[in-house]
Amino acid sequence: MADIAFLLLIFFLVATTMNTDTGIQRVLPPWVENPTDDAPPIKERNLMAVKVNQYDQIQMQGKLVSLQQVKDLAKEFILNVGNSEDLPEKKMTEIDLIGQYPVSEGVISLQNDRGTSYDMYIKVQNELTRAFNEIRDNVARQYFGAPISELDEAKRKAIQEAVPNKISEAEPKNIGGN
Amino acid sequence: MAVIRKKGSKEVPPISTASLPDVIFMILFFFMTTTSMKETELRVRFALPEATEVQKLEKKSLVSYIYVGQPTAQLQAKFGTAPRIQLNDTYRTPQDILDFIASERDKLSESDRNAMSVCIKADRYTRMGIITDVKQELRKANALRVTYAATKTLGY
Repeated sequence: MADIAFLLLIFFLVATTMNTDTGIQRVLPPWVENPTDDAPPIKERNLMAVKVNQYDQIQMQGKLVSLQQVKDLAKEFILNVGNSEDLPEKKMTEIDLIGQYPVSEGVISLQNDRGTSYDMYIKVQNELTRAFNEIRDNVARQYFGAPISELDEAKRKAIQEAVPNKISEAEPKNIGGN
Repeated sequence: MAVIRKKGSKEVPPISTASLPDVIFMILFFFMTTTSMKETELRVRFALPEATEVQKLEKKSLVSYIYVGQPTAQLQAKFGTAPRIQLNDTYRTPQDILDFIASERDKLSESDRNAMSVCIKADRYTRMGIITDVKQELRKANALRVTYAATKTLGY
């Protein structure tokens, strides 16, 4: 009996792979046959372009920035604390459990060159995700008094609605003149 | 309390092995439940990028994998070192992704098809060109939920 069990045990020990896959989740925009310019225009103040060229340099709002600055700039853009004219509009929205909340209309558009390294692309994606996660965490603490990881499903949904993850993957363009 | 036993051997009695099968079975069942068989043989080599804000892939049965990277060391003599896309067990071109997604979608039940997602496992040193091609094909195939596989780190 024990021998058979041992045999099976060794088989499963060898065959097993324990690693769970982790990654950054994104939703791609649906395919459009001929991307035209008559798509609903986004106001300039609501759009922040993040561009990464083939030398892995990052440009945000027309300025060259380092990877460490990306998160704070993205947060500043989405939050628009001082209700500045140049930063995104906010729209008062009724959200369950939270009530009236000024939802930011800002969209972050990430553009990359064909020569950008995948590593840098993921790093920028990660920083942008981090910006949104930090904002969400702040909202969670403000309204529910606990970090988002400790909230239940309904509250988490409310926060996701209040701070939508608006990172758009732009139509590919050769921005680096490559 | 202070009983002095004069009789009886001082040797330690042998450990009973009667419960050994039970223990082994327990470990066996543990591995049986946690195991997931390796389905494809990797033909590309990749080191995943690192990120802090990763999420776990849920419901593995709904996930299809696309691997991008250089051919493995044994295959480099034959296929060179240019990055390749692997679908199932073979190298493919981006144009094959449409068919691949269609066949993967057919495997799922009707109700699960909307929840289908694609995991892109790409080497950190590849260039975005090939990834962009993959993404464009995924958009054409209407497989919009993607995960860029990355390993979790606590900081840079």
